[in-house]
Amino acid sequence: MNAQPLSWPVVIILGLIVIALTITPLLVIGGTEFGGADVAAEEAVTAINPDYEPWATPLFEPPGSETESLLFALQAGLGAGVIGYFFGWQHGRRQRRDR
Amino acid sequence: MKRWQRWLIVCVGAVLLLVFEAQPAYAMHIMEGFLPPLWALFWFVAVIPFWVIGVRRLRALISDTPEVRLLLGFAAAFTFVLSALKLPSVTGSSSHPTGTGLGAILFGPWVMSILGSIVLLFQALLIAHGGLTTLGANAFSMAVVGPWVAWLIWRSLNGRAPFWMTVFLAAALADLSTYVVTSLQLALAHPDPVGGIGASFIKFGTIFAVTQLPLAISEGILTVLIMNALQTNAKAELEVLAMKGIRP
Repeated sequence: MNAQPLSWPVVIILGLIVIALTITPLLVIGGTEFGGADVAAEEAVTAINPDYEPWATPLFEPPGSETESLLFALQAGLGAGVIGYFFGWQHGRRQRRDR
Repeated sequence: MKRWQRWLIVCVGAVLLLVFEAQPAYAMHIMEGFLPPLWALFWFVAVIPFWVIGVRRLRALISDTPEVRLLLGFAAAFTFVLSALKLPSVTGSSSHPTGTGLGAILFGPWVMSILGSIVLLFQALLIAHGGLTTLGANAFSMAVVGPWVAWLIWRSLNGRAPFWMTVFLAAALADLSTYVVTSLQLALAHPDPVGGIGASFIKFGTIFAVTQLPLAISEGILTVLIMNALQTNAKAELEVLAMKGIRP
């Protein structure tokens, strides 16, 4: 697992590529809400198999998109918090050792 | 760190949050109830051995090397964050990366089968994303096949190809293979009345796998960046894991 760390310009370019990959579809493709691929799959199931009845429903379903986005934001926020804590902890440990 | 640097980080973070979180919320694992009972059961049976061995490996890892616990939480958090980011894609639909490649490279595919399944369970219970009846199938694609693909690529290319390329391919193909398997699972359960499983697979594959292509590239790059950061920040843990020689 030993390799030279990437230089900072490379890191920035890679970050920009990710952002470009995300933004390009928004700019290029019009007339869509960018709904979930699973909703499209749901429609495909109904098209292939019109008699299919989903036999289970979620135990708990967010009442609307606002609550759903709250939960997703919470999920991302909690994860990002752990990641931030990890790097902060490592940074502190390195500084203690260097002193 | 200087004051302006701190502000820069805050601003970049805020921009990223806006870019990613402004998307309408949707899900992309197999929805609750959308696999017939027999298929749902089949995938549970298929995934259970991986859970059993995964729990054992996870316990052994924690008792042998308690110093990697924080890194373990880190890998789980990475999957957690990436699964929450629904990104627009070329098909006009949105999907999210899986984040399982990183954990598979660090801890091996068995351990990752547990971490990935925990994330899926959380999403099924709280966000109605995926489902409990389809948890077996979704865990098989995201927490078993993806990590194994990542690990096999990592194992066969590490040392032979540039480090960044190995990490990129492992993470990107883990992501993509997850959704190829999802398409296959749906096709097996819902064969096309005319074209059979093949025609169904093409239909679902277009929806899931094609949507996933640019996202897989993004995930590959993000994993390269994170591994790069880990190499400078978590050298000790990486060395411990490398010495242990992560087994399959």
